[in-house]
Amino acid sequence: MAVTIAKEKWTSKVGEMELGTGAKAIKVGGETSLPFLHFEGEIPNRPVLALEVWDMEPTEWPDILKKPFDGVLADPVAWAKKNVEYGADLIAIRFMSAHPDFKDASPEECAATAKAVADAVDVPLVLIGCGIDEKDAAVMEKVGEALNGKQCLIGCATEKNYKTITAAAMVNGHSVIASSPLDINLAKQLNILMTEMNLPTNRIAIDPLVGALGYGIEYAYSIMERARMGALMGDKMLAMPVICFVGQEAWKAKEAKSPDEETPEWGALDKRAILWEVVTTTSFALAGGSIFILRHPETIKHVNTHFAKVMESNAY
Amino acid sequence: MGLTGLAIFKQLPKTNCKDCGQPTCLAFAMQLASGKAALDQCPHVSDAAKEALDSASAPPIALVKIGKGEKEVALGNETVLFRHEKRFEYPTGIAIAVKDTDGDIASKVAGINKLVFDRVGQIHSVNLVAVVNASGDGAKFAEAAKTVQANTEFPLVLVSEDPAAMGSALEAAGANNPLICGANAANLEAMVELAKKYDAPLVVKGNGLEELESLVEKAGYKKLFLDSGAREVNKVLADQTQIRRQALKKFRPFGYPTITFADNTDPIQAVVDASVYIAKYAGIVVVDSADPADLLPLITLRLNIYTDPQKPIAVESKLYEIGTPGPDSPVFVTTNFSLTYFNVQGDVESGRINGYILPVDTDGISVMTGWAAGKFTPEKITEMLNTSGVADKVSHRKVVIPGGVAVLSGKLHELSGWEVLVGPRESGGIPSFIKQRWGA
Ligand code: B12
Ligand code: SF4
Repeated sequence: MAVTIAKEKWTSKVGEMELGTGAKAIKVGGETSLPFLHFEGEIPNRPVLALEVWDMEPTEWPDILKKPFDGVLADPVAWAKKNVEYGADLIAIRFMSAHPDFKDASPEECAATAKAVADAVDVPLVLIGCGIDEKDAAVMEKVGEALNGKQCLIGCATEKNYKTITAAAMVNGHSVIASSPLDINLAKQLNILMTEMNLPTNRIAIDPLVGALGYGIEYAYSIMERARMGALMGDKMLAMPVICFVGQEAWKAKEAKSPDEETPEWGALDKRAILWEVVTTTSFALAGGSIFILRHPETIKHVNTHFAKVMESNAY
Repeated sequence: MGLTGLAIFKQLPKTNCKDCGQPTCLAFAMQLASGKAALDQCPHVSDAAKEALDSASAPPIALVKIGKGEKEVALGNETVLFRHEKRFEYPTGIAIAVKDTDGDIASKVAGINKLVFDRVGQIHSVNLVAVVNASGDGAKFAEAAKTVQANTEFPLVLVSEDPAAMGSALEAAGANNPLICGANAANLEAMVELAKKYDAPLVVKGNGLEELESLVEKAGYKKLFLDSGAREVNKVLADQTQIRRQALKKFRPFGYPTITFADNTDPIQAVVDASVYIAKYAGIVVVDSADPADLLPLITLRLNIYTDPQKPIAVESKLYEIGTPGPDSPVFVTTNFSLTYFNVQGDVESGRINGYILPVDTDGISVMTGWAAGKFTPEKITEMLNTSGVADKVSHRKVVIPGGVAVLSGKLHELSGWEVLVGPRESGGIPSFIKQRWGA
């Protein structure tokens, strides 16, 4: 009895999204196989990694996360440049200052920061609001306009604010992050609403609102596997690259924060914290995630080493 | 499994003697098909029929056991490719490697014994110790196996491709059903011989899937683990996927659990590789590190991947006392999702707070999910305050709720009459919150 390699006969593919312009522009998506199974399809692009930049100093971050950014945390432009040095494929600017509980910064102020960062770095940008639906819509309108033509990824669009954000993306040539809480039907629904406004399907990234390793990772993991299978079987409303906000989740986990004295049985914090972000990322990549928003530069290094390996062919 | 009642009926004696407790052979066949009866309840089936039915009804992946007693590890018996289809049943066994060239083997094993983690109220640990014949010396290997055996309750994986060395190690530590690792094209017969002698499970390693298949056929032994020989993560992922897919299609040579080796020389990549193997079908993953910082993420991932996708893990909804609370102690409200409850419990404990926790029954979902789903409501919290007995335990009427559901406080106060303190968003903030705000 000889072994016949079992290949699924997928009929469709994940849409391919282009971000940024010029030499550092990147493509994500485009797969015709399950993650890293080169023996049954094409995987034209490796997953990409972004590091976050905040437009106000993140005072609550743990020391281990602040250390690599010593001296630049209060300066978005310097911070963004540092991220490029650290090997980030993209920069994700988070307009935290727009939050009413913080500085309630105006959309114009956010746009000025975005412009300054865009002028200083040549990698593609992800632009994310403070998480208040209405405010994010207002901010994305201005920020999108300020970076017209730069092919950014903007968001997060939810069922409440998608209209304004989608319009801002369409007019200015950006793509949109569509967020819905861990439910494949909610994700589809939002994608349908956005494409009904004539936004091309390859300009949407699905954000399933992931949880970290140990904090609900399994739900997002399964949603991603189901979405990828849907995409490969021809469901156009699931055929989008998946974006995962891993940094914000992983660094909330107790395992990434608890000091050595408190939990000696967990091993050294330095290593454990980085591994928390790394393993959350690589596990989601294995389920079908394509764009990862991270926080620690060490994570970038380790995850890229892994991606380089799993992007090598395993065809029989 | 997978056999229709009619197909089973054809193999039965058709005498309707009722000895099985069923009125007819056909009725018994239908019970068998739906898994409500077992074949041995009919005393009259022929051996030929038994074999035909057994092999047709055998699960696509055999269940193979290592070790004996409480720490026995059982692997295999999986029926799906993706965890959303149905629960993955037998969590990947994590084996920590010890080399027979290592310095102080006993103390390394003592470290492995301590790789036990308490997570959401359950104890999770590594499962096996792999003794590796790195010296190439049979006597040394046997000595190491003996030392490991004497110092741990975990079952052993004996790793050597030299049958003579394996023979000596088995003499020293073969009584506890260790995994013999293992057979390859060069030593197959001798290793199968040893496995039979000790009635122990055996790893068969092929140089690629083709060779693996032919070795399994040649082995003629049924307690097997499969090793495709791949060691690079991209190739292991492909082979693991193939073996699982083919097993589920009932390609019998691949109907056994697998073993993988995360032996990447980059220690971080070794953890990442191991995490890939845990997610993608490994029966066993062997890792070199015994550092808890490396094992905690792996054990956590295993727990997550192997939880039932249909049923969140929940704790009983009742009054919990943390420390030695008294009438002035704070009362915390949360949900009965295990992860949520144990986060809160852990943080109350680490703040050395004596207090009461009331996990409201939200069908095992988290605070925000419960609120969004209408299962964590002021009404339910009020009911819990009234019926849990907490009101008799404390003299005050103040309850702390999670910061994420601050919006509940008005209604909750109105319904319950209790003063509502809005706590921090994350339970990690409870200790400092209590210091500042609980001046009863
Ligand atoms: C996993 C998850 C699910 C899982 C549920 C898993 C489960 N067993 O709970 C599934 C997929 C089923 C799910 C479904 C839904 N979800 Co959901 N889900 C999540 C997710 C990703 C993580 C939740 C989690 O497990 N957190 C970990 C636990 C430990 O957190 P926690 O319970 O909140 O506890 C923390 C704090 O609250 C605090 N705390 C807890 N107790 C106490 C007590 C005191 C006294 C104090 C001081 C603090 C405190 O400390 C804990 C540790 O930090 C979150 C988003 C996110 N990333 O957080 C969304 C989220 C909670 N879900 C959301 C929604 C809307 C839903 C749905 C309604 C969507 C839908 N329409 O189908 C459904 C409802 C389900 C239903 N009908 O039963 C929203 C809620 C939005 C809102 N603000 O109301 C969220 C926030 C996502 C989002 N951003 O939109 N979800
Ligand atoms: S015991 Fe066997 S032979 Fe007798 S009725 Fe039952 S199935 Fe038929």
